[in-house]
Amino acid sequence: MDSMTLIAVASIVIAGITTGFGTMAPALGEGKAVATALSSLAQQPDASATITRTLFVGLAMIESTAIYCFVVSMILVFANPFWNHVIAQTAGK
Amino acid sequence: MRLSPDQMIFWQLGFLKLNATIVFTWGLMLVLVVGSRLITRKLSIDLKRSRWQNLLEMVVTGIVKQIKEVGLSQPRKYLGFLGTLFLFVAAASLCTIIPGYEPPTASLSTTAALALCVFVAVPFFGLKEQGVGNYLKSYVRPTFIMLPFNIISELSRTLALAVRLFGNMMSGAMIVGILLTIMPFIFPIIMTLLGLLTGMVQAYIFSILAAVYIAAATRARKPKPEPEAKL
Repeated sequence: MDSMTLIAVASIVIAGITTGFGTMAPALGEGKAVATALSSLAQQPDASATITRTLFVGLAMIESTAIYCFVVSMILVFANPFWNHVIAQTAGK
Repeated sequence: MRLSPDQMIFWQLGFLKLNATIVFTWGLMLVLVVGSRLITRKLSIDLKRSRWQNLLEMVVTGIVKQIKEVGLSQPRKYLGFLGTLFLFVAAASLCTIIPGYEPPTASLSTTAALALCVFVAVPFFGLKEQGVGNYLKSYVRPTFIMLPFNIISELSRTLALAVRLFGNMMSGAMIVGILLTIMPFIFPIIMTLLGLLTGMVQAYIFSILAAVYIAAATRARKPKPEPEAKL
């Protein structure tokens, strides 16, 4: 395998792994947050406005880690700087 | 495949490029400004009012209520800034039902600009509310060791605001694009519907987070909260 193929393979595989593993932990965290919010909603329906707002803000915070992973893998697949470097080298030859 | 509407160029003159982000941003601004100008041109205070006025009143009072619930006791002061953020992000994602439109918030430059507005607005409101000394002192609470961490958190939350909105909007457009190639017709429509929901939630979250940051900068570290001013 020459270095060009290596870069392509590594980028694609790592892109998949990034999104796969990067969504796992936030999914667990969001599940836990929603479950806790639901049980506290059941206990105190009067506080639903506060709980819902806090839940949404917290979910956004948790979700942003997954979004970071997604953005990184999108960059690896569609706008890969290493791949662009390879293309520039090949074109320059 | 395009990663952002920045790469869709309508018109170019040497260094100047007119890309889709700029065009759609100005289009949205035009629609929002001209629309609200047209509606507020003839406001009525009697019982009979136009349905557009009702819509606008609902939106404005809803935003005011939400800002108040975050803990800013005088929501009118912040309505201009936070309401504009919400309306722009919400309109940007709602307009995705128009064919050929791409949300300008799917470009990192737009979201970075919005996040920078928040980054500037938070100290601005904080300084205005507490004065220079009190505001600067809030950086060394509880101890002096926390100073670098407080500064880092200011910077990192700005980055998080920008990347969160960008990632959500970009992923919506991207997923629809990918699904169109493998499974056309029905399924992309469902994902577009989901994208509308995500867009509204992101608009809500963006403005609520900005409100929370402003609330933290203006009020929380006061030594003794004053009694609530009369409303």
